[in-house]
Amino acid sequence: MLTAEERQEIEAEMALYPTKEAVRIGAMKIVQRHRGWVSDESIRDIGELLNASPADLDSLATFYNLIFRKPVGRHVIMLCDSVSCWIMGYDGIRERLAARLGIGFGETTPDNRFTLLPIVCLGACEQAPAMTLNNDLHGNLDPAKLDSLLEDCK
Amino acid sequence: MTVEKPLTKDIPTDGQALDLKGYERAGGYQALRKALRNMTPQQVQEEVKNSGLRGRGGAGFPTGDKWSFTPMGTDAPRPKYVIANADEMEPGTFKDRFLMEGNPHQLIEGLILAGYANQSDIAYIFIRGEYKLSQERLARALADAYSAGYLGKNILNLGYGLEMYLHVSAGRYMCGEETGLLNALEGKRANPRAKPPYPQVSGLWGKPTIVNNVETLANVPHIVDRGAEWFKGLSRTKDAGTKLYGASGKVKRPGLWELPMGTPVRELLEEHAGGMRDGLRFRGLLPGGASTDFLVEQHLDVPMDFTEVEKAGSRLGTGTMIILDDRTCPVGMTSNLIHFFSRESCGWCTPCWSGLNWAERILQAMEEGHATVGDLDILKSQTKFWGPGHTFCALAPGAAEPLESALKYFHDDFESHIREQRCSFRKLGRT
Repeated sequence: MLTAEERQEIEAEMALYPTKEAVRIGAMKIVQRHRGWVSDESIRDIGELLNASPADLDSLATFYNLIFRKPVGRHVIMLCDSVSCWIMGYDGIRERLAARLGIGFGETTPDNRFTLLPIVCLGACEQAPAMTLNNDLHGNLDPAKLDSLLEDCK
Repeated sequence: MTVEKPLTKDIPTDGQALDLKGYERAGGYQALRKALRNMTPQQVQEEVKNSGLRGRGGAGFPTGDKWSFTPMGTDAPRPKYVIANADEMEPGTFKDRFLMEGNPHQLIEGLILAGYANQSDIAYIFIRGEYKLSQERLARALADAYSAGYLGKNILNLGYGLEMYLHVSAGRYMCGEETGLLNALEGKRANPRAKPPYPQVSGLWGKPTIVNNVETLANVPHIVDRGAEWFKGLSRTKDAGTKLYGASGKVKRPGLWELPMGTPVRELLEEHAGGMRDGLRFRGLLPGGASTDFLVEQHLDVPMDFTEVEKAGSRLGTGTMIILDDRTCPVGMTSNLIHFFSRESCGWCTPCWSGLNWAERILQAMEEGHATVGDLDILKSQTKFWGPGHTFCALAPGAAEPLESALKYFHDDFESHIREQRCSFRKLGRT
């Protein structure tokens, strides 16, 4: 069941658009903000609120890469794999992450601490290589900086 | 002569955003007052048309011409929409983020003026989900603009009303494509739409809709304030205005600079970006994002504007250059680019989803040393299938540009990957 808070936030979004359909993606993002991901149960609940079938919602959820249909770790790393970061040493950063965390893209560490995902260009090419950690941007990555960022994540 | 930098001169150097008071002190919202008091919507359209402003999102379509297709007058369908495309996701591009983080009110004023010029009722700023700082600063600026009477039912009590909302997206490069963006805003998958009808006539929820890039809109207050002639005078070539140029890759000083439109590639590369890092040589560059053709040594004196870069066989695109050095493999770089386009293809058009996936696998095989002789012909023929007219949007034609030009300028590298069954750059190590 959606919480009162989630429901309230979704209803507030409805004021910005002329149709309920326009709120579908935003509603899934709201639920994800509270729960970390969007479960089958949440899909059903959002569908009931917005008159959408689970299949329609799932086709959106699987299209938009910032909506997660599986649980993620407490900290989500999105590593830019686009061209400027690739030139500036993306491979090394990815190898370091894989070695430190023991996971590849799309995976979560067994202790649920980290999820690692690839992301398109973060618009931080002047400070490549770059990544986001829990949506905060970190650029000019090198092994030492990466290690210290990871240390800060409990 | 001092170089004017209208778009960036007021952006604080300490990394903070220019707030409402600061923006007003610098002359902000005076263009809005001027337009609402002394100009008709048609006059604002005329001024922008005469200025020669061309879209800064990559396609370079004349902004005034785009606006001229909006149905005007009392018979026009309502509500009409105006949208800032803040879905900056073209690889190598980081200019709109800088403008939004540093001077959010400039974008808001530009969007209000675009709204007034097209008699729009509702405005959305469509921003990508990852631009968290831009979102925070725009949300704050929007609230401040509403409080100060620059937005709402009766702006500055001068009779024009516009509501403006921030729409935070959920990912995918396709959302930056004009009609994909409209579908995303409507709560659908961001597949492209058939054109015509163009969005100006039938866009968001079938209503007249204008979509402009952030940098494009940021120019509008200055054009309204200082006039078309002034704007044309900013440039070094025929294409008007200034441009936010950028450089990334292994140059000494990667960064972003507002300079007169038409600044030559060499000047950007050597004076502003500081030249190549020590020990590295220049091999080529993508002038304006992933979906532009490579330029090489022979093009270094090309002025970076829409017209001249096109004559050189590429496109200005977003104007943020990605530099290839002589220790980075051009095949690997092309493989990275095609991997990007393949993943971001929305799956709507067969030449795009199928062809990109095929090319991606060939390029990967080439890097790993098991490509075959016929693969180059397949790649070449694929770029033809992706060309304009075969797909609904510009994603596939955009992907064809770096691949086709890489096959032309770095032919020997592709051949050696096949002949030697390996990437000879790998032994050089990554610097």
